[in-house]
Amino acid sequence: MNSASILTAEAPNAAASAGLAPEPKVVARNVDVHYGEKHALKAVSVDIPARAVTAFIGPSGCGKSTFLRCINRMNDTISTCRVTGEITIDGQDIYDPRLDVVLLRARVGMVFQKPNPFPKTIYENVAYGPRLHGLASGKAELDEIVERSLRRASLWEEAKDRLGESGTGLSGGQQQRLCIARAIAVSPEVILMDEPCSALDPIATAKIEELIDELRTNFTIVIVTHSMQQAARVSQRTAFFHLGTLVEEGATDQIFTNPRDRRTQDYITGRFG
Amino acid sequence: MVHREAFVAGLYFILMIVLALGAFIITRSSAARLAGTATIHSRPTYHGLLAAMQVFLPMLAILFFGSLLATRFVEQQSLAAMDPALLADELHRGAAYRDIRRFAAGGAVANATDGLKAGAATFAYLNTLTQWAIAGIGLSAGLAGLLFGLRTVTAEFRARNRFERIVAALLLACAGLAVLTTVGIVFSVLFETVHFFQKVSPVDFLFGTHWSPQQAIRADQGGASGSFGIAPLVVGTLLISTIAILVAGPIGLFAAIYMAEYASPKFRAWAKPILEILAGIPTVVLGFFAALTVAPVIREVGTALGLNVASESALAAGLVMGIMIVPFVSSLSDDVITAVPQSLRDGSLGMGATHSETIRRVVLPAALPGIVSAFMLAISRAVGETMIVVMAAGLAANLSFNPLDAVTTFTVQIKTILVGDQEFDSAKTLAAFALGFVLFFFTLTLNVIALAIVRKYREQYD
Ligand SMILES: Nc1ncnc2c1ncn2[C@@H]1O[C@H](COP(=O)(O)OP(=O)(O)OP(=O)(O)O)[C@@H](O)[C@H]1O
Ligand SMILES: [Mg+2]
Repeated sequence: MNSASILTAEAPNAAASAGLAPEPKVVARNVDVHYGEKHALKAVSVDIPARAVTAFIGPSGCGKSTFLRCINRMNDTISTCRVTGEITIDGQDIYDPRLDVVLLRARVGMVFQKPNPFPKTIYENVAYGPRLHGLASGKAELDEIVERSLRRASLWEEAKDRLGESGTGLSGGQQQRLCIARAIAVSPEVILMDEPCSALDPIATAKIEELIDELRTNFTIVIVTHSMQQAARVSQRTAFFHLGTLVEEGATDQIFTNPRDRRTQDYITGRFG
Repeated sequence: MVHREAFVAGLYFILMIVLALGAFIITRSSAARLAGTATIHSRPTYHGLLAAMQVFLPMLAILFFGSLLATRFVEQQSLAAMDPALLADELHRGAAYRDIRRFAAGGAVANATDGLKAGAATFAYLNTLTQWAIAGIGLSAGLAGLLFGLRTVTAEFRARNRFERIVAALLLACAGLAVLTTVGIVFSVLFETVHFFQKVSPVDFLFGTHWSPQQAIRADQGGASGSFGIAPLVVGTLLISTIAILVAGPIGLFAAIYMAEYASPKFRAWAKPILEILAGIPTVVLGFFAALTVAPVIREVGTALGLNVASESALAAGLVMGIMIVPFVSSLSDDVITAVPQSLRDGSLGMGATHSETIRRVVLPAALPGIVSAFMLAISRAVGETMIVVMAAGLAANLSFNPLDAVTTFTVQIKTILVGDQEFDSAKTLAAFALGFVLFFFTLTLNVIALAIVRKYREQYD
């Protein structure tokens, strides 16, 4: 508790010292999450910069997914979950009771750990969001959105001849890219990815990482990962979580070469315990 | 006499179990002793189980097939002494054999002939003999199985694999029995149906618009040929089933969606069992509820509106039947909706879909195959239901599409035809089989359609 509050004071300094001076897209202040009696997240404060990739790392059960799900309020679907503190996106409080959570989730897309394409055709999977939010005024426009999203997710070449086939018939890596295409089809501002490569082989993983790097120019991306190498490869900022607290946050280079907290050091060198 | 038979059979069963248990224990301990000195392939328990099976199965088979054969043999031999003129057909043979058995058991038989007495003597003698023979052969087989089991206890003997194969064979036998029974029933109904079509033309039966089998009760009565056009029954059945599914479909499906998606676990925990109790109410009770409560209400309302409503109406029967099949729709649908993976819901909600959009566009399509089978099951129940229709919709075979008229259905007519004493060979009685066959064909078609729908629209998820 004590160390967390010290660290939150330090976090902005760390950003400044890395020379990034990023404009924050998502700002969290003193976020606490309880699942019933369980205190899963303790006073987390962090700034997530726009148009950059932020990686969350930390041992299993430390609250990475929990925090990620706070950012698009997916925790609302868990009846025992209680969130306090403040999270803003572009200065707007997302836990404001007047805010429409449906619109929030259209702005903050999510890609899950296990690929979860809908049991519909590839086309319908990508068209799902645009249809829902009325983003296309006609068939032609919808076709265009679908093609653009699939191209951005680098799935177009593989899928263009089988748009009418079921999305669940794709391979695991293709399914995950389909889910990414589905998420970007509604042009969200922020994309949250919870261990998007954990079910994939190295080749598919490399494709997704490449994709994340490209998406960075247009979207703000937050990715949870268990792979240090992946965090180092794709992210510009890294946040280390431990036992429900945010231990350290800073430029990825700094976290991996020169961590300030002993726990971070132990974790990234694999000497944890 | 009867007591002795029961005694022998009981003794046989007890010995069978004792021997099997004994084989298990002896063989297992023998194998355990062996295991103490060498590494054996199968665990001692498997040796024991295998030995028990080797005792039990032959004894059971000998009892079953031996009894079958013996009954045939004894009947033949006992009847051999009787006057062949008295045994002209199956019916007479049956009657004569019953007399023989009664006489042999010491019962009184009016004017017993010498042939009958001789037959009874043969019966008593052979019956006892075959019984003891079966018991003797069975016991020897059991003992042989035990010895064989003991002899095969060796280190390398694969008792586990062999036991697995026996288990698989037993399961196959049960599955085969179920399938054979179904096939047997279908064929016996088919056979009588063909019989019926020798008396009544299939064209008249399938396309006739008039149904009144009642005239042809006995051959010597006038107007012996009833009319057997099933059109009124088809219309009546479809009318009532349609009303029922129109009631149960929406109510059941919406109830299921509420239970699976919106209800709190607490509400669900007590509401679901209560809904399922509905399926357990005897249909007779629902039937008089329909006849005494629903039908009068419908008639009053109809009369108030200036409509001509029969006191028994398809509407009353259909409504109550609909209520009866609500749990069939809701319970199964609820299960399949709950089985849709949470990850799909999360995916949809994460795209900014509302709860109801998620249900409509993702959950229900994914659950569709299950929901379709729930509906089909409910429709089959409705089509096969008799009691409610008898009580609430009447027996009048009106060819009418008006839900306010009295109509009748297949099942009701089958029941009506077969109640009371019947001459087995008459067209009227055989008509019941033909109706049963059409009904069977109808539900079969429904199932095939359901399967096709499920195949076509199955949306795979994992
Ligand atoms: N639905 C829930 N109900 C109750 N407790 C939960 C729930 N979800 C998570 N928790 C608890 O909250 C804590 C943080 O969980 P979370 O899923 O955020 O961990 P994580 O960092 O994502 O772990 P992993 O790397 O294994 O995915 C854990 O101790 C977990 O047991
Ligand atoms: Mg997680």
